[in-house]
Amino acid sequence: MSAHLSQDARWRLFETMLLMRRFEESVAKMNVEKHFTGHYHLYIGQEATGAPAISLLGPKDSLSTTHRNHGHVIARGADPGGALAEIMGRATGLSGGRGGTIHLTDASLGFLSTSGVVGGSISLGVGGAFARKHRKDGSIHLALFGDSALEEGVAFESLNIASLWKLPIVFLCENNSADSWDRSRGGYTTLTHAANDLRSIPGALGIPSRRVDGCDVEDVHEAMAEAVEACRAGKGPMFIEAMTRRWAGSAPLWPELSTGVTDLRMATGEAAIEGEHSAWYAQNDPVLKLARELLGEGAGARERIFAIDAQVTARMQAAERFAIDSPMPAPETALQHVFA
Amino acid sequence: MAEPRMLTYREAVLDALFAEMRADPAVMIIGEDVGAAGGVFKQTEGLFAEFGALRVVDTPISEPGAFGMAVGAAMTGMRPVFEVMFGDFMTLCMDQLVNQAAKVRYMSNGRAGVPLVLRTTMGTGANLGPQHSQGFYAWAAHVPGLKVVAPATPQDAHDLMRAAIRDDDPVLFFEDRMLYTARGPVVAGEPQTLGRARVVRQGRDVTIVAIGRMVAFAQAAAEELAREGVEVEIVDPRTIAPLDRRTIIASVKRTHRALVVDGAPLAYGVTGEIASIIAEEAFDWLDAPVSRLGAANVPVPISRSLEPLSRPDASAIAQRVRAMLA
Repeated sequence: MSAHLSQDARWRLFETMLLMRRFEESVAKMNVEKHFTGHYHLYIGQEATGAPAISLLGPKDSLSTTHRNHGHVIARGADPGGALAEIMGRATGLSGGRGGTIHLTDASLGFLSTSGVVGGSISLGVGGAFARKHRKDGSIHLALFGDSALEEGVAFESLNIASLWKLPIVFLCENNSADSWDRSRGGYTTLTHAANDLRSIPGALGIPSRRVDGCDVEDVHEAMAEAVEACRAGKGPMFIEAMTRRWAGSAPLWPELSTGVTDLRMATGEAAIEGEHSAWYAQNDPVLKLARELLGEGAGARERIFAIDAQVTARMQAAERFAIDSPMPAPETALQHVFA
Repeated sequence: MAEPRMLTYREAVLDALFAEMRADPAVMIIGEDVGAAGGVFKQTEGLFAEFGALRVVDTPISEPGAFGMAVGAAMTGMRPVFEVMFGDFMTLCMDQLVNQAAKVRYMSNGRAGVPLVLRTTMGTGANLGPQHSQGFYAWAAHVPGLKVVAPATPQDAHDLMRAAIRDDDPVLFFEDRMLYTARGPVVAGEPQTLGRARVVRQGRDVTIVAIGRMVAFAQAAAEELAREGVEVEIVDPRTIAPLDRRTIIASVKRTHRALVVDGAPLAYGVTGEIASIIAEEAFDWLDAPVSRLGAANVPVPISRSLEPLSRPDASAIAQRVRAMLA
C-alpha cells in the first residue's frame, strides 16, 4: 500500500464509503417494502471511486452527475434522511419530491444537475467550469459519468470545448462495464464503443488522461489529487477513467440486493465468504477491501470498524424513519415553480 | 422619457444587448460566428470590440455541447445569451433545452434556475428552403418550463430582449429574419416583463391575433379592410408562453369575432391553442366560429414561385376576414 493517504484520511473515507453502502441498502429495502415505486440505480461497488474523488473538492467547486448518483450526493455531504425522502417522493426530500432518485441533487452543495439522459449532464458541467474560469477563484468542476456516456455525441463536443478553452474540469468516467450482463442474460447493454481504449477519445483532443483502479481508494485519490491540482492551476481539463466492476445487483434490469446487507465480518474473517458472489466479496467489494486494509493497521482497528458501522447503521435507521414518517407533497403544491 | 430613435429590428436587438452587457458583467453572448465576425446577419456587430473574447464567445459547430455549456454557465452565475444561427438548428439542442434547462427550476424545487436566453432566427421569405426557415416556437411553448417570445416590432424586440436577459428562467427569443430591416421608433425605457400582449390597433368588428411577422401582414390587411368600412382590432401576444389570455379574451369580447394568424404550420401549432382558449373562455360572446390561418403543412419550398404559397399574407388575411363577416 502506498503512503499517499494518511491513516486519518483512510478512516474518513471508510466512514463515507460505508454510509454510501448502507444508504443504498436502505434504498433497496425501501423499494422492496414499497415505500416508493419506479426504477432506480444503485452505486454499490463504486464507492472507492466517488468517495475519494469528491473528498478532494472544496465548498466552491461544483459537480454534475447521472442517474447512478446516490453515492455522489451522499459523499458530498447531503443529509441521508433528506436524500432518502427525496427518493421516496416526500415533501421533506432534498427537492420536495420533485426530482426523485434519477435527479437527486442538492444545489447548496454545488450540484448543477443530475441528468437521467445518458451524457446529458456533461455539457452542463463544462458550463460550470466555464463560469468558474470567468470567476478566476480557483474553483473547478467535477463531471461524473459512466462509460456509455462516451457513446453520446454531446460528450465528444463537451470534451472538445473544454480542451479548446482549457477549462478547469475533471472528467471522471466510472467504467463499470466489466462483469456486466449482456442482453442475452436479461441485463442492460454494456459499453458499445469502437474505441477499444476510452482514454484515446480525450487523448485525441489533447486532454491528459489516466486509468485507475476504481476499487482502490489510494489509486483514485492519487490520480484525482493530481487532476484537481492541475485544474486549479489552470492546466485543465483532465480525464480519469476509473475501472470499477459492475455489482451483481445492478446487472439485471431491476436492481436487487443480490449480495445482501454487507456483513463486515467478511472482512475480518469472522464470517465465511461463500456462495455465487464470493469472488465479488473477496476481490471487488471496495468497502470490504478498504476494511481489510484498515485491519492491517493493528490493534483496535477491528473495534473501530464495527464502531463506525454501528454509528452509520444508526444514522441510516434514523434516516429511514424520517423518510417513512415524512408527508407526501400536498397536491396544491404540484404547480409550484412552473412559470411557463 | 428619452427621444425615440429610429432603429431597424436588428439594430434594436443589438442595442438591447449592448445595454444589458454594460449593465451586468454576467451577461455574455455565446454562439457560432458571433465574435469578431459580428454574426452572419450582423446581429452581434460591435459587441466583440467592446466586450472582448471572454464575453462574446465563438463556439465550435457543436450546438448540443455549446448550448449545454451555456445552460451550465447559467446555473453557476452567468447570464448567457446563446445564439442558434437558424431556428432549424434548435433541433440539435433539444436534450439540453427540453430535458435539462426547462426542468431545473422544478426538479430542484425552486433551488436552482437557468437564467438564459436562446435567441434564434426564423421565417420564410428569403428562399432559404426546408432546413433554414422553420420557427419552432410552438414546440418550445409545449414544454412546461420554457418562456417563448416572438417580437414583431423594433420597440418590442428591444424591450423583450432586455426583459428576457433579466428573467431568471430560460427564455427562447425568436426573431423573424424578414423583420431585420424593418425600421421603427425605439425608446429605451424601463425593461418590461414578459407575458403581456399588445393591442396594436383598435377596432370593433373583428379581432386578429397575429404572431411575429404576421402582425405586419395583419396591419396591411386592416388598412385595406378599413377602406371597406371594416374595423379590425389587432392583438400581438408578443410572448407566446406564458400567454396573456386576458388581453386576447377582452378584445374578442368587444369584437365578437376572432381570427388567429401564424406564419408556422397550422397543424398542432399556436393558432390551435389560442383558438381553443377563445372558444373556452369567450364562447358566449362569439358571433362566428373562431377562424385560423397558418402555413401549409409542407416543408418550406425553396423556389421563389412556391415559397409564398406556404404561408399567409395580407391578402389572405383580408379575404378571410371578409368571409367571416359575410
